[in-house]
Amino acid sequence: MRLEAKFKWLPTPYRSLLLFAVWLLLNNSVSAGHILLAVTLAVVIPLATSPFRTKQPLIIKPGLAFRHLMLVLYDIITANIQVAILILGPNKKLTPGFVKVPLDLAHNMPITILASTVSLTPGTVSAELYPWRECLAEGKEPEKRFLLIHVLNLEDEQALIKTIKERYEAPLKEIFQC
Amino acid sequence: MIEWIISILLLIGGGFILVGSIGLVKMPDFFMRLHGPTKATTLGMALLLIAAMIFFSTIQAGLSVKEILISLFLLLTAPISGYMMIKSAIHHKLDSIERTTGKDNIEDDV
Repeated sequence: MRLEAKFKWLPTPYRSLLLFAVWLLLNNSVSAGHILLAVTLAVVIPLATSPFRTKQPLIIKPGLAFRHLMLVLYDIITANIQVAILILGPNKKLTPGFVKVPLDLAHNMPITILASTVSLTPGTVSAELYPWRECLAEGKEPEKRFLLIHVLNLEDEQALIKTIKERYEAPLKEIFQC
Repeated sequence: MIEWIISILLLIGGGFILVGSIGLVKMPDFFMRLHGPTKATTLGMALLLIAAMIFFSTIQAGLSVKEILISLFLLLTAPISGYMMIKSAIHHKLDSIERTTGKDNIEDDV
């Protein structure tokens, strides 16, 4: 895991890239003036706001991050079709349930991404992160964290936990190296 | 030809949004209701936006790519609003239907 970027003047390289792309998309043009303005904004905004932010782990393997993004987009499409079938089918067949998934990730940023992907993919919505922040002593990090998720149609609890851990959590651990 | 593609995308997108709304009405408890709007609607909106992208790219000169940004913001905000709703539902101890399994996984809040 790495918190500090390689260059001091570029604290969050991929966020700068995102800002650059967003500026060009918003203006819908690639003229020289807009590119120059986009570069300036992409460098100045992260620099100006970095003192306000808590340091988050940086992406170490961008190639893997892109592959993971594609996998998640594909899963969102299949998830939508599955959920549509479940919704249109009879209610009696559905067996909803709450499942607690033990997490290996320890940092807020990767856990947020994991919780969001879980919410967007097949029949699951992330509900809560345990242990409660308020229960911990000031500044103390919990040893083991759990993610509570609600499942629309629970068939095999262990298989579901295994899928989430292998398909979504393991790549995130690789990407952030933590 | 392009008109056909746009119409088909609009129909499928509208269909997904409709299914999401049906889920909102049909499901028996709050937690199950949440599944329709958080998922089916995101893909529906994405399809509508792709249709808009193709439409505006053909009637104007040059590409129209702003719609990608709208899909991106939707993908970012849908899980967060879903999470806030389910968190407050758990806090208010809303009833879930009888056959819900693993209810003892919910810890009491402080």
